[in-house]
Amino acid sequence: MKSVLAASTAMFLAAPAMAEPSAEVLHWWTSGGEAKSVAVLQDQFKAEGGTWTDMPVAGGGGDAAMTALRARVLAGNAPAAVQLKGPAIQEWYEETGLADIGDVAGENGWAEVLPPQLAEHMKCEDQWCAAPVNVHRINWIWGNKQILDANGIAMPTSWDEFNAAAEKLKAAGITPLAHGGQNWQDATVFETLVLGLGGPDFYRAALIDLNPEALTSDTMKQVFDQLRTLRGYVDDNFSGRDWNLATAMVMNGEAAFQIMGDWAKGEFLAAGKVPGTDFVCWPAPGDGYLYNVDSFAFFEVEGEDKQQGQKLLAKLIMGPEFQKVFNLNKGSIPARTDVALDEFDDCAKQSNADMNADAGDGSLLPSYAHGMALRGAQAGAVTDVVTNFFNSDMSSDDAVQQLADAVAATM
Amino acid sequence: MEWLERNVPKLVLAPSFVAILVFVYGFIGWTAWVSLTKSKLMPRYEIDGFGQYGRLVASPRWDVAMDNLFIFGALFIVISMVVGLMLAIFLDQQIRSEGVLRTIYLYPMALSLIVTGTSWKWILNPGLGIQEMVRGWGFESFTFDWLIRPEMAIYTVVIAAVWQASGFVMALFLAGLRSVDTEIIRAAQVDGIPTHRIYTAIIIPTMAPIFLSAFIVLAHLAIKAFDLVIALTNGGPGYATDLPATYMYAMAFSRGDLGQAAASAMIMMMVIFAIVVPYLYSELRPRRDH
Amino acid sequence: MTTNTMLRWGLYGILILFALFYLMPLFVMLTTSLKSLEEIRTGSLLALPRAITFQPWLEAWSSACAGTQCEGLRPFFWNSVLMAVPAVAISTVIGAINGYVFAQWRFRGANLFFAAILFGCFIPFQVVLMPMARMLGLMGLAGTIPGLIFVHVIYGIGFTTLFFRNYYVTIPQELVRAARVDGAGFFRIFFAIFLPLSLPIITVSVIWQFTQIWNDFLFGVSFSGAGSQPVTVALNNIVNSTTGVKAYNVDMAAAIIAALPTLFVYVVAGKYFIRGLTAGSVKG
Repeated sequence: MKSVLAASTAMFLAAPAMAEPSAEVLHWWTSGGEAKSVAVLQDQFKAEGGTWTDMPVAGGGGDAAMTALRARVLAGNAPAAVQLKGPAIQEWYEETGLADIGDVAGENGWAEVLPPQLAEHMKCEDQWCAAPVNVHRINWIWGNKQILDANGIAMPTSWDEFNAAAEKLKAAGITPLAHGGQNWQDATVFETLVLGLGGPDFYRAALIDLNPEALTSDTMKQVFDQLRTLRGYVDDNFSGRDWNLATAMVMNGEAAFQIMGDWAKGEFLAAGKVPGTDFVCWPAPGDGYLYNVDSFAFFEVEGEDKQQGQKLLAKLIMGPEFQKVFNLNKGSIPARTDVALDEFDDCAKQSNADMNADAGDGSLLPSYAHGMALRGAQAGAVTDVVTNFFNSDMSSDDAVQQLADAVAATM
Repeated sequence: MEWLERNVPKLVLAPSFVAILVFVYGFIGWTAWVSLTKSKLMPRYEIDGFGQYGRLVASPRWDVAMDNLFIFGALFIVISMVVGLMLAIFLDQQIRSEGVLRTIYLYPMALSLIVTGTSWKWILNPGLGIQEMVRGWGFESFTFDWLIRPEMAIYTVVIAAVWQASGFVMALFLAGLRSVDTEIIRAAQVDGIPTHRIYTAIIIPTMAPIFLSAFIVLAHLAIKAFDLVIALTNGGPGYATDLPATYMYAMAFSRGDLGQAAASAMIMMMVIFAIVVPYLYSELRPRRDH
Repeated sequence: MTTNTMLRWGLYGILILFALFYLMPLFVMLTTSLKSLEEIRTGSLLALPRAITFQPWLEAWSSACAGTQCEGLRPFFWNSVLMAVPAVAISTVIGAINGYVFAQWRFRGANLFFAAILFGCFIPFQVVLMPMARMLGLMGLAGTIPGLIFVHVIYGIGFTTLFFRNYYVTIPQELVRAARVDGAGFFRIFFAIFLPLSLPIITVSVIWQFTQIWNDFLFGVSFSGAGSQPVTVALNNIVNSTTGVKAYNVDMAAAIIAALPTLFVYVVAGKYFIRGLTAGSVKG
């Protein structure tokens, strides 16, 4: 009760004589380790004399938060900072405009410490309008070390090798692949295959440029064929299973592998498992690195205090200290490249090394499944086809045709 | 003064009138407008034509959603009515501890499905719930895997929906049974008419208005069914359990395809109109007993 | 006689079977909320707890994180009360007066207007979110509890009006006519004759509205601001973690806590609910 009063008084008193920085922050990191990670930012913000108003809205990977954001923007009181990522940042910029945080970025030399590709996501028409907090790698394969050792399985370097390993496990009575039948999980596996089988150029043509020829190509048919093969490695009860229950299957030895972003690591670590001893993190077969960068965008707000708050927040988000603490909590790696990784685990170190290597040769690519590559309507159209394919006996020929049609309908 | 006196009833209704006009019909009008535009993330107001409706008709996912609405709606309404009526009649047989049973039947209506969704998900999941439990008892071949079969999953949504609403329907029917004139029933019993005949020939026909009320409450729940699907299947497997309400929400809020969402909303509204208007007509036509 | 006894046993059997069906989800929630996370991870989800712990309940009430604020559901409970009580009261009062007019003071066009109000009951709430957000912004109510009350009253009027109108039409119009001959006015008749008869239907209206408003998530999440979020939004924040570890026991405990007020209302007032319905609201 007290804190509610405090929070509402803070809101009403939001126009003080001297400009003390204040910020209302809309985010969907509301529970467990994620909430604790945001709390770190809040503490730093308060320590610098700022007033933080928390506006948490969880659900559906940010869907509910986006609903609330629309309502707030229509009502004419957009929050100062909003958890937004990928092309949605530029989309909002076109609709409502976003605040320019260029001077913060300039003072703190963001351009030097961010990989140029990630920095691009933070800019709206060449001005800085968002600040990144982390980098998640998507195309990981997680495995149960005991099971893999017992069956003599080494890291697969191609999908054929993966299939061979899976057949071996299946023969041994182990579910080869733990998977949850939710559309974003289907999409995660799909994009991993698009990159793994087609390579970076194909991924770019198909899932970033939405090139109709790429979408209906033979390579795309192979991707769907492999997706069908993987479906055969998943147990029958996968529908609607949360990703973390799938991770638990790997942990408990019910299943051998899971294809999932590196938040799965958090689940292993929370259960006291050690990377390299109890579980392995292998980059999925094929060349390239799919990333998901979480970030905060800054809406245009009135009042000196709020604008000060935005600037302070932007500075802190990109601060090395916050980037380290936050990502240790969350399982991802810092967006800035100059943070020492000594305290991070081996999976994170590998993620970082791969990111730097792949940034050089053009195989560092945005994840479509996690809203980094496409606008919502188009990503949704692709996911509809993928998830329908995975949950039916559609042929790969039909799938590529539907894919091209669905994408064309959103243009 | 006399004018005021005479017009008090209308003046009293005026605020509601204005509110409904703006917040229901005004908003429907707004939606109709937006459905004719190319609105994406936020509403835009340049009329573009019926393109959004064309996309809707061409979308296989919308097809599934509409089919589901009719399957789900019909089954949900019929089963809830049958179960509700049956429980009401059974409870009406001077049952001991009727109060406890009635409360148990009624309580699901008090819970939002955000709350019960997860437990339903577990119960219906073949690897975790009923199937696993019954197999654990030694019936190895027992199968109950509707949740994971795209062509059957919509029926699990029906089960959870019936669970939630049938107790409420039971209450409506029980109230109806209790308000039937006891004199008539006693007279029939004296004449030696068997109990089941008394129900089918005398009591149930007098409850016609209750069937109508129950129908309207259930139809309202069916069309608005949203939490249910989100909590139970989130539209899956694939999009096999999508309903128009979830389709609309996905388009409007997760995908930033507002024009498409508005078009789907208008189709939904037309379905509602087709169902509700005949009801309102029958409900409001001049009555003989007044 | 024996067939009769058997019938009776069969009757009880069926009734109890249904009771078990209705209780099943609650059973799962309760048992899960009393297990440790370790037990949930390793054991069957439907089994009874091996070792009972109340820690999840404590955590859900006072220390689970819903955003950066880790105070459990407690602070948000009060928001919901502040929202639900006035909204239920106001919509019930408006519904009573509207119903009274529609039932007893017919005027030309009244039926059409009543139909228009009823149709409003069926409007899917997802449709009204965006224009409503704009209106609340214009009225200066965005992100506040009064704003939420306003929205719930507007979309509650349809049902409350329906309840009271259907109840009041069963009261003979001669009563009103006689009172008017005696010189009683519109409000006098309402307060002296109708209100004292209304307890059963007020119960129905209050139960229905309270359930709807307390359980609402969509309006709560869209129209609340920091500090005014109702308990359903906080519950959602606690149970929904996109990439974090899930504490199912705390989730279930939180879900039951959030549902306690409505459960309480149904258990305590359920009897009156049936009585209120019997008293005429369903007769049309």
